[in-house]
Amino acid sequence: MKLPEYRYRTITSLSGPILFLNKVFHARTGETVKVCPPDGRTLDAEVLEIRGDTVMVQVYGETQGLDIEGTRVVFTDAVKKALLSEDLIGRVFNGSFEPRDGLPMLIPETRSPISGSPINPAARARPEEFIETGLSVIDGLNTLVKGQKLPVFSSSGLPSKEIVGMVLKNARVSSEGTGGHETPEHGRRGFVIVFTALGLTFHEYSFYMSIIEEMKSKFVAFVNMANEPVMERLLAPRFALTVAEYLAFVRGMDVLAIITDMTNYCDALREISTAREEIPGRRGYPGYMYSDLASLYERAGRIKGLKGSVTMLPVVTMPEDDITHPIPDLTGYITEGQIVLSRELHQKGIFPPVDVLPSLSRLMQRGIGKGKTREDHREISNLLYKYYAGGRELRKLEAIVGRDGMTGQDRKMLDFALTFEQEFVHQSMEKRNIAETLDKGLEILKAVK
Amino acid sequence: MIMKGKITGISGPTVSVDVKGLKLYEMVLVGSIKLTGEVVRVEENRTIVQVYEDMRGLAVGEPVQGSGASLTVTLGPGLISGIFDGLQRPLKKLWKESGPFIRQAPEMNALDSALHWEFHPLRKAGDKVLRDEMIGYVQEGVFRHFISGGEGGVLARIHDGKFSIHEPVGIFEDGKEIFAYQRWPVRIPRPYRKKLPSSGLLVTGQRVIDFLYPVAKGGTAVIPGGFGTGKTILEQAIAKFSDVDIVMYAGCGERGNEMAEMIEEFEQLSDHWTKRKLLERTVLCVNTSNMPVAAREASIYTAVTMAEYYRDLGLHVLFLADSISRWAEALREISTSLEEMPGEEGYPTYLSSRLASFIERAGLVETMDGRTGSISMILAVSPPGGDLTEPVTQAGLRTAGAFLMLDTKLAHRRHFPAVNWFQSYSLYGKDLAKFCSENYSPEWEALLFKCRDILQREEQLREVAEIIGFEGLQDSDRLCMHAAEKIRSGFLSQNAYSDDAFSPPAKTLSAIKHIMDFFETASEKLKQGVPLTELLK
Repeated sequence: MKLPEYRYRTITSLSGPILFLNKVFHARTGETVKVCPPDGRTLDAEVLEIRGDTVMVQVYGETQGLDIEGTRVVFTDAVKKALLSEDLIGRVFNGSFEPRDGLPMLIPETRSPISGSPINPAARARPEEFIETGLSVIDGLNTLVKGQKLPVFSSSGLPSKEIVGMVLKNARVSSEGTGGHETPEHGRRGFVIVFTALGLTFHEYSFYMSIIEEMKSKFVAFVNMANEPVMERLLAPRFALTVAEYLAFVRGMDVLAIITDMTNYCDALREISTAREEIPGRRGYPGYMYSDLASLYERAGRIKGLKGSVTMLPVVTMPEDDITHPIPDLTGYITEGQIVLSRELHQKGIFPPVDVLPSLSRLMQRGIGKGKTREDHREISNLLYKYYAGGRELRKLEAIVGRDGMTGQDRKMLDFALTFEQEFVHQSMEKRNIAETLDKGLEILKAVK
Repeated sequence: MIMKGKITGISGPTVSVDVKGLKLYEMVLVGSIKLTGEVVRVEENRTIVQVYEDMRGLAVGEPVQGSGASLTVTLGPGLISGIFDGLQRPLKKLWKESGPFIRQAPEMNALDSALHWEFHPLRKAGDKVLRDEMIGYVQEGVFRHFISGGEGGVLARIHDGKFSIHEPVGIFEDGKEIFAYQRWPVRIPRPYRKKLPSSGLLVTGQRVIDFLYPVAKGGTAVIPGGFGTGKTILEQAIAKFSDVDIVMYAGCGERGNEMAEMIEEFEQLSDHWTKRKLLERTVLCVNTSNMPVAAREASIYTAVTMAEYYRDLGLHVLFLADSISRWAEALREISTSLEEMPGEEGYPTYLSSRLASFIERAGLVETMDGRTGSISMILAVSPPGGDLTEPVTQAGLRTAGAFLMLDTKLAHRRHFPAVNWFQSYSLYGKDLAKFCSENYSPEWEALLFKCRDILQREEQLREVAEIIGFEGLQDSDRLCMHAAEKIRSGFLSQNAYSDDAFSPPAKTLSAIKHIMDFFETASEKLKQGVPLTELLK
């Protein structure tokens, strides 16, 4: 069906990515609009607000060169949709869902609105199947399960990029010989990583591209560069998650959606909110940021009666290393746990520098144990946490009374904390499967038992 | 008279319409797909409507129609075990009819019309029925669900036996039919004869609450805590173990996976008090964080109205909300789109009065037909950055009777429930200590004082010990610290995943008595000269 198109030349004001038009007839909220400046380009845009015949439009893409007289605006009477097909796998796109890899755009099998629809809470299945990241500190102590959303809280200067790189290379849905019933490559449903990178510098871009070339898993990538339009940072995750939902719930695959860096997303949200002259909330971020972030993060999940799952691993950079900053704070309220990186461990040369104490995976308990990872997983992880927490506590005492003033058992615990950091948490670029992780845990536990 | 008109503007979760004659809080059907909305502002030339559903694709010029009534819920047998959204649409039915994703959906009856109930009349034809008098009952789960005769009159006919919810159960002589269900506007509290002072302990099964900071039946409490402090786990534990007839759980703007987990668990676990499935005493009202914001604002009213209905049947209801901050944020979002003058942190200035009048819907009451029922409220708060000076926590504190502060430090030490035992308080403490002394054990009050004293002393001693070292303390002080440690790890903390998750009053009492007896005997022996190392063995 060809829908009617209305063309207007009635722009009344332009400011950043926002433009106002009047005398518009029957605009729809969320309607896709094409903006055609006199230089011959066509920009995508979306209707945000309507007051009588005046319409506020948000433009995706570079607005430089737009003017009031010459720019035409076309209303399409349709909402923004993503093109979907299994041919997406292996492709790299930009934030506007255009190919970045030089290949032609695919032929869609279906289209779906990018803002998605909430999963009916009654239809959700409980997340309880293990996903292996290849990192001991996550798999062993903060296990990720299918359908979960587990963010990495990083700080500037910490190697979140390398951690993402490791996960991109090593993640898989189960591991042989540990009770898993699927093997990664030959799985019936298959495993795919949907990778979204927002506001990348060229340096980061080349790093990720080299990783993608080496990747064994299937992937779809959305890349937005630092010098590309800010609006695309709001679009890219929505395209990515629409693709993820399609691959998971239509194609029955297990999808791991990695988004880096959500701080760039939130800053883009703030920028647009300010351009719309909205009342700012904490630190200038809009008051609806919680709902907006939830509309992304809550797209993770499993559905009863359907194969496939969407699991999310977003990366958040905490401004000023502050975990109470609105971005990590609101994220933590929505997600099911967090992996917190520590500057101190990074300086000690530990990679990945994950601080186990504030880190937590809320859904871990259901995803580990017999038939899922290994029977002794729960016990090992509890003991490791307990002794490490004890050792860390004792470090404070050590600073006051000195090592010599401590009992033999206390010294053992101190040594354990150090071994734990250097041997269990630290694994450099080496990949460990879950069995290796648990064996490592058992090995270092011998010293305190 | 049904008012009709068109949409003239769309902004955030609200639309402006040109319909004349709409009333404040009237329910409105918006657009050609008839989305549910509610009038929030009436002006001379336009009316503003908050829309409870996803407005994507809504266009200016689409029709709008008033309903003549305000947002109402349907109340009757069959709500129990139900899972509803903020507009009381049954989510399981919605899933069956329109798939696992919630799209713009039609209005749906909350009660299942396919179900047949057995009606047991209490009155017979010819009887005069007073206003709000109960004329019969149906058996719903473990209890009798009484059916009210509404406005009353002389019964012409009364049904006996099976009926479905849309069939009348009786007829008055003036021709008025009596139905087993009724409709009630959510923003108006249901009436009762009088409010009674809340009394009696609401057993939550959590020792730190029941013993140190108890909540009364009909009382209210707020639980503020940053993320990771175990708010949801504590709320769910209370939902599982409380000694109430009905648990009304409002999942307001929280995680979908959590709700999935809760539904599944409640289907499997049994209630400690009735030995039936937990879901058979639970009603869930769920609006997860990604569901429409305006419906989130309405959801707590929908939930509390259902709670009031069960209270009116003479039952004790526990209302749990997770979390009230998300409700306040929804209020803020709507207020912003109305371009109201913001108060603190952008919240509307009416936040605290709205919250206060909401919390006042709790209480122990004598119902219209003379029964006693109660609503106790325990509300979780999610303060941004864990900062308790923020407006929602403060507004909650002004009205709620107990404050159970969750402590990030305790949570990091994995001490759960992470209720801080110095900053929390309960205004019911004194009365309930007396109540427990009378009902459970005469020692209750004395033990409470002793326990408080040890915790207090430990706090002071800890400061000293940090300077001079634990070894530098006197033996009696070290014994006190040892006892405090026992109280913290063996009494105040409870593993929600073990058998210890539920601690009835008798167990709570014997646990604290055990520690106190040890402490007293040891103190005595210490005075007699027995070395401390011997005692701590």
